Amino acid sequence: MLAHVETFKKYKYLLKNLIMKDIKLKYRRSILGILWSVLNPLMMMIVISAVFSNIFKFSVANFPIYYLTGSTLFNMLSETTSSAMMSILGASSLIKKVYIPKYIFPLEKCLFGFVNFLFSMIAVAIMYVILGYPVYWTVLLFPIPVFYTLVFAIGISMILSTLSVFFRDIIHLYSVLLTAWTYFTPIVYPQEILSYKIKDIMSLNPMFHYVQYFRDVMMYNTVPGFGENLTCASIAVGTLIIGLLFFKVKQDKFILYM
Amino acid sequence: MNIIEVKDVEMHFNMNKEKIDSLKEYVIKLAQWRLMYEDFVALDKVSVDIKKGEVFGIIGYNGSGKSTLLKAIAGILKPTSGTIKVYGTIAPLIELGAGFDLDLTARENIFLNGSVLGFSKKTISDKFDEIVEFSELRNFLDVPMKNYSSGMVARIGFSVATIVRSDILIVDEILSVGDILFQKKCEKRINTLMQSGTTVLIVSHSLEQIRRLCNRVLWLDNGKIKMLGDTKTVCDAYEIGIPVN
Repeated sequence: MLAHVETFKKYKYLLKNLIMKDIKLKYRRSILGILWSVLNPLMMMIVISAVFSNIFKFSVANFPIYYLTGSTLFNMLSETTSSAMMSILGASSLIKKVYIPKYIFPLEKCLFGFVNFLFSMIAVAIMYVILGYPVYWTVLLFPIPVFYTLVFAIGISMILSTLSVFFRDIIHLYSVLLTAWTYFTPIVYPQEILSYKIKDIMSLNPMFHYVQYFRDVMMYNTVPGFGENLTCASIAVGTLIIGLLFFKVKQDKFILYM
Repeated sequence: MNIIEVKDVEMHFNMNKEKIDSLKEYVIKLAQWRLMYEDFVALDKVSVDIKKGEVFGIIGYNGSGKSTLLKAIAGILKPTSGTIKVYGTIAPLIELGAGFDLDLTARENIFLNGSVLGFSKKTISDKFDEIVEFSELRNFLDVPMKNYSSGMVARIGFSVATIVRSDILIVDEILSVGDILFQKKCEKRINTLMQSGTTVLIVSHSLEQIRRLCNRVLWLDNGKIKMLGDTKTVCDAYEIGIPVN
């Protein structure tokens, strides 16, 4: 255990460099730069709000904020896991030549996704100002659900990045799964339209809890209780542990499949 | 004092001819009962101790397991069985410039490549000028490396990898990079490192180079040790193609 901490310390600087590299490469050549990370969710929100509040006529109070909070958090999950899934394969030229702890690569993609999430939180802030939505003190608690989601995403990423080395077509399957997952989480529709039975099934979906927690603190001036925190935390930590163990068992075989 | 201890190391690969890397293929092959595995032994019961300060050469024909052995020592490959103990830090030159991102500038890549090799930010900053000086590419520092020639990339790679004195230096056929002047410079740098007590492992097909640099040589043949001994005896035997016992 202590040896692991030592190695991590040694490669912390590499982790930072890789994140910086991704940020530079993402924003260097676009004129609007970081602005894109802000504009993209805003434009998506306008489209979705127009479609869902005019065509489907869901009665969600403050739909733009409702959608924006849900989708921003879910986007973090989909961005981190999808890019982390490719991370081991993408780093194959490195892994074949130098010894580096391999978990660095999926972890890096997750942290990079987290940085992008922070940029898109600017979009959320802008919408609060434009729409004059009240800002409650509970907003300050938003890092808690984000942290749960990030830990959960790292766990999932460890599993996906391992699987994709052995089965490349997982990459295609996961994008389908991710779409299904989006619709299985109340992001564009209100929870109230679900029947109790579906709601029960949906409570098995970790993102259901995280999105709800996120909206509670961001929109509804509510602090989830101990029980809800326990559920969220144990899902996150459990997934992380399973992911790390799976990764650890399989990592020595990576190089043979690259 | 031993710095590297290789004991009974075996390395097996699955050489299943139709390499399966997708779920679809896996299911199809499983249904057809055709999940065959073909074992290939890249290293077979290799044991060798390398002493501190030694310049150790590894020779053998193509596919004899030289690079596999180096990779196992560097920690990139995990042996199927047997143990490898390394007492010290390793600077691998297995391939120069591992981890360069050609979209980034040379300046950024020096920091990136340095961190790939496990150097701290302070070390790289301190040695930055020395690295640039050695590579002789100061005028091109802020140019994206995709505009570099392959020789220029190798220069940066060599300069970064050898800037910090590590206990063990692994050199796999890389002394043939760059122009003749830079090759001389590289060899000089390796000589300096050797004199300061660094243990060096060299894989080369150039017997002349091995004879000039090494104290001891290992001859690998089809993954087995064919001969292990002082440079002259092993190289002479290798040249005529038969081991002298």
